[in-house]
Amino acid sequence: MRIGVLASQGAFAEHIAILRQLEVEALPVRLARELAGLDGLIIPGGESTSIGRLMLTYQLTAEVKKLARGGLPILGTCAGMVLLASRISDLDVEPLGVMDITISRNAFGRQRESFETELSIPVLGEKPFPGVFIRAPIIKEANGRAEILARLADGSGVAARQDKLLAAAFHPELTSDLRFHQYFLDIAAGRK
Amino acid sequence: MKSRDLKKDNNMETGTWKVKTGLAQMLKGGVIMDVVTPEHAKIAQEAGACAVMALERVPADIRAAGGVARMADPTVIEAIMKTVSIPVMAKCRIGHFVEAQALEALGVDYIDESEVLTPADEAHHVWKHDFKVPFVCGCRDLGEALRRIGEGAAMIRTKGEAGTGNIVEAVRHMRAVIGGIRRLVDTPQDELMAVAKEMGAPFELVAEVHKIGKLPVVNFAAGGVATPADAALMMQLGADGVFVGSGIFKASNPEVRGKAIVEATTHYQDPKIIAEVSKNLGEAMPGLDIKQIPDEELLASRGW
Repeated sequence: MRIGVLASQGAFAEHIAILRQLEVEALPVRLARELAGLDGLIIPGGESTSIGRLMLTYQLTAEVKKLARGGLPILGTCAGMVLLASRISDLDVEPLGVMDITISRNAFGRQRESFETELSIPVLGEKPFPGVFIRAPIIKEANGRAEILARLADGSGVAARQDKLLAAAFHPELTSDLRFHQYFLDIAAGRK
Repeated sequence: MKSRDLKKDNNMETGTWKVKTGLAQMLKGGVIMDVVTPEHAKIAQEAGACAVMALERVPADIRAAGGVARMADPTVIEAIMKTVSIPVMAKCRIGHFVEAQALEALGVDYIDESEVLTPADEAHHVWKHDFKVPFVCGCRDLGEALRRIGEGAAMIRTKGEAGTGNIVEAVRHMRAVIGGIRRLVDTPQDELMAVAKEMGAPFELVAEVHKIGKLPVVNFAAGGVATPADAALMMQLGADGVFVGSGIFKASNPEVRGKAIVEATTHYQDPKIIAEVSKNLGEAMPGLDIKQIPDEELLASRGW
């Protein structure tokens, strides 16, 4: 399996390292032509404004939208989740609009409010998942075929799936727990 | 307060080492731009900056003004924080832990304990582990980087020579750090303690770098970046990302130059793109030859 990791800006190297641990071919993607022949794509954490502008300038926006609608499996973490969304709380980022979710950016506040917590994610089994939230967004609403996979105690949605699209408000790539990436690979392979 | 209840209910732990170093990881491959007004900050965000550094004056103006340079007026910092949604950093003087406390109270996302401002303490840097907000610090070589990390810096940058538009010192410092790492990896285990003594760096961090072959935190380039090619040069030398101080808003066309430097940082391995984005940028900031600067006016030698 060949998984591309969008490398415009952000923590793409961490995702590539995890994919290689899972023995999957992982390729950085900076140009539209590098999207060809992929079995899946990861949009990493970083600054969604910065990633969004670089995607637009280098003609990745339209191509990723097209591939997503054609069924390419995509995982978005933090900024990546913001970009997959259809609606965002502010106007600084123009999302791809491929997942039927509404996002609130920087929903907990500034960096001093960034936090770690244990998450219950039923699709990954009973063992809690280490949630690392950095200036994180939340999912305010999931509509249509989008389904919330994990919530904080106050009800805020922090992970969602819509067919082969997967999104997390937290950073599985900053932990040594491989289950979230394995879950994405299972979706990409049609096993889940 | 709503946020406090939420934290208690969810068992949310703030200010951890992972979230401090993690924010720096999210900035990688990006450009952090110095800004002095909300209008600058907006331009920087539009150009694709991954964060901004809120200042009263850019380093070139600090250098020209002389005297004592201090933390910026909080009014300026707050106005910039209100204007953009990307992270906002601000500088405190070396060793001035009360300026750092004030910046933390304002809610800035990262504190730069910076040699660009006049040091408040010539013997001690801020003990950065005491803060929930992460710090970035400058360095000239690996030993200095590890001393700052030992004090709690969650991100490192080269010092370079700020406000000169001259990349030579940033190159020197990046090569010193990366070369130092390479030598440490090749050093046998039983010689690490002697190396730690010689470098004046904490043994545990020396041993960690020997083992993992890189710094345990993100390492940016700073101090003299003025062109897209400068940014790509630092990336090819091993930087994780780039700070641009005076280089953008002291140039004739900040919008275009800012965007070009952002694109060159992403596509640093692609000479065709670097050539393309380097076209028609207008005048770069005026540069200074380091050799013409009197020793006592060099910023990089502040701190240890």
